[in-house]
Amino acid sequence: MNIVLIFLISIFSISLFFYGKSKTKTISIKDNIKLNALPKFYGYYLVLWCSIPALVFLLVWSLFEPTIIKSIIIETAANQGAVFNDKNEANLIYEKIKAIHLGTYFGDIDSILKESALAYAKFINLFTNSKVVLIFGIIIASVVYSLKKIRNNNKARDDVEVILKGLLFVSSLIAILTTLGIIFSLLFESIKFFSVINIFDYLFGTNWSPQRAFVRDASSITAAEYEELKDAFGFIPLIAGTSFIAFIAMLVAVPVGLFSGIYMAEYASTKVRRVSKPIIEILAGIPTVVYGFFAALTVGPFFRQVGENLGLTVSSESALAAGLIMGIMIIPYVSSLSDDVINSVPQSLRDGSYAVGATKSETIKQVVIPAALPGIIGSVLLAVSRAIGETMIVVMAAGLAANLTINPLESTTTITTQIVMILVGDQEFDSPKTQSAFALGLTLFIATLVLNYIAQRAVKKYREKYD
Amino acid sequence: MTKEERLKKRHQAEKRFRFYGLTSIFVALLFVVILVQNIFSKGSSAFKKTVITTEIFFDQELLEIQNGASEEDIMEADFYDLMIENLIKAYPAKDRDEEDELLRLFSGDAEIEIKKAFLKDNNLIGKTITLDLTASDDIDQLHKGNYPRDLPEERRRISDFQLVIYDYFVENKKISKNFNNYFFNNGDSRDPELAGIGGALVGSFYSILICLLLAFPVAVLASIYLEEFAPKNKITDFIEININNLAAVPSIVYGLLALQILLATIQLPRSTPLVAGITLALMTLPRIIIPCRASLKAVPPSIREGALAVGASKFQSVFHHVVPLALPGTLSGTIIGLAQALGETAPLILIGMVAFVVDIPSSPVDPSSSLPVQVYLWSESAERGFVEKTSATIMMLLTFLIVMNFVAVYLRQKFEKRWN
Repeated sequence: MNIVLIFLISIFSISLFFYGKSKTKTISIKDNIKLNALPKFYGYYLVLWCSIPALVFLLVWSLFEPTIIKSIIIETAANQGAVFNDKNEANLIYEKIKAIHLGTYFGDIDSILKESALAYAKFINLFTNSKVVLIFGIIIASVVYSLKKIRNNNKARDDVEVILKGLLFVSSLIAILTTLGIIFSLLFESIKFFSVINIFDYLFGTNWSPQRAFVRDASSITAAEYEELKDAFGFIPLIAGTSFIAFIAMLVAVPVGLFSGIYMAEYASTKVRRVSKPIIEILAGIPTVVYGFFAALTVGPFFRQVGENLGLTVSSESALAAGLIMGIMIIPYVSSLSDDVINSVPQSLRDGSYAVGATKSETIKQVVIPAALPGIIGSVLLAVSRAIGETMIVVMAAGLAANLTINPLESTTTITTQIVMILVGDQEFDSPKTQSAFALGLTLFIATLVLNYIAQRAVKKYREKYD
Repeated sequence: MTKEERLKKRHQAEKRFRFYGLTSIFVALLFVVILVQNIFSKGSSAFKKTVITTEIFFDQELLEIQNGASEEDIMEADFYDLMIENLIKAYPAKDRDEEDELLRLFSGDAEIEIKKAFLKDNNLIGKTITLDLTASDDIDQLHKGNYPRDLPEERRRISDFQLVIYDYFVENKKISKNFNNYFFNNGDSRDPELAGIGGALVGSFYSILICLLLAFPVAVLASIYLEEFAPKNKITDFIEININNLAAVPSIVYGLLALQILLATIQLPRSTPLVAGITLALMTLPRIIIPCRASLKAVPPSIREGALAVGASKFQSVFHHVVPLALPGTLSGTIIGLAQALGETAPLILIGMVAFVVDIPSSPVDPSSSLPVQVYLWSESAERGFVEKTSATIMMLLTFLIVMNFVAVYLRQKFEKRWN
């Protein structure tokens, strides 16, 4: 249906283009008007007016139609006498009704379902018909309006450009919409979560075991159940595990990245630089799932083998393996950012240092790095934010159980791992377990946002200093 | 300490420092080599599959169809008995148990393979042909040398008797390696010897296509607005801050966004390339806008002023002159953004692409997998055969990424104008 409508809209638009183009030609010849715009702009003007309102309407309609129909149908089913206790059962009944309508349902059909299916068919029909009628109404209205506008108008180009500029503006607003969408979707579920679990129990709890929170209606939890639940969602072990793995990653990434950055910026000849820089940047281009596979199947078992030979017990999902591989993934972020930062330290500072007899490494250590420090710290912070948001490496190579440990040979878990573990497979919406994933997402989002903000401020301030 | 000694020490410090730098670069490069070598050595064997050359006699008594049967009749006909009768002749087995063990050397698709041979030539009844039948995963791994034979029998998946048959096959040159067409054509399967990345390839293709169709136009229009038309005010600043922050948001957060908005609110179908494409587009958008703006910024103002001077409107100067000049940079930024999207896994897991999908999707609204998700799924499987499959999938993924990056670099170097 929608495709037919889009096809019709484009046919109309194309014919209107030629109509508008030829019409203005005849006008300008007949009335001897000097047009300020090429005839094609009159065509464009009609096309834009004919297509944009109709397409926007179609899009908005299609976005909201399923939700509205669903709520109407569930209500009618309830009025017919269907019984459901929570949202999941209501969804199930809705799916059944839909399947009966499509003829793909093979279970028992009782009178309630049958009636609801008929109602469903009726509503679908009603909605489709009103959609078509409204779209044609909109097209007719906007075409009549725009035809009126191009009469006695010799500045169609300006009008077209105003509309197009609006279009450009709307495209750039999508970034804001995405941010709003993220905040809305995270907050919406998190608020539900925090209405069940006290936010302090979440932030300061030391036990994370969401599997204890079975599916149950979040709105009717008794005090006794809550006592049990509040211990299941403690954030401390997750933030500890995340920071611990990120710390190990930084132990690898910062020295290696920083030294390569320094070498590239200060020592390497252009030839070496041209070859080695892209190769190091390959590390940033490799998908993280590949690192995860490597960490889980090669590095983890290798460490365990080495540990066994040394008489140590090493988990095959050790924090060390995950952290090491994550650190290697992050090397290029540190190295290329610090390379840039060091490159923008003014040459005069180095020359001054050489003039008083310092060697190159002394200059770097005592002049260049202190001067570049804010930028370097910024780049390290960016790398940290990447490390805590990284998902696939830890999902595949780190553990699932939340242990509070500082032994790198044991397994720990992270925020991102838990989000994936909770949401993978079938989820029950409205259970505190599912909602907790969104609360974790919100925490992660805020943490990375703060880190990025500080890092960007640091880099910017540093840039301003030498520009 | 004399002056000379001090100087010597300082020069040694200099050398050490330089050495640390070189070592770091070397460590990073070494890791690239180790990773690539590890993946290639594990994965390259997956492009071949082990086949057992078997004689098949099309016995009229075991089939209900005649020579020259129509395609439909053949598809419906039962080849199971014919398969069993022929396969147990591959080695003289003594009893039922041995026959069962013999049959387990062949893949689960042996019946279909025989059927396919008959489909190709429907006059085979009463004749004998030799067919290369796919071997089971265990034999496949054994023949490729990935499977240790010297373990005690109870820890092996292959019994002693099966090893005897295998050696007999090797001796009589009945076992060989062919090009693994299943790996490229099949969808996912529980049997490693039949599992392929066909479905994942198509799923990834659709996802990236949708991502391109959504992200590219919006990103180009948005960067044109911000770079050429936006007034300097609070709204513009706010948009810019937003774009920079979005580029740094962890990808898994986009998965949560998709789950809540696209799946729960708008009710788009789960596990489909459509949802994956939209999610990846939202994620890629800021990462494309940033290079797009940089390449628009690199076009010198004289170009714009020249156009304006001969009477072009602001729009014409931008769309007729600035945008075409910025296009190579824009395209290469887009391709790099798409390459990142192609390797992205976490958000796709959240929107349900981890579902076990055997069929190859025929449209973007069919459930499907994608290449990186397939890597994740197979890496969780216990069977040995999936290790080489996973590595081979990574090889395919890396090949695509390398090609995309080369195209991006080529576009930029070949077509981008240098202005100074």
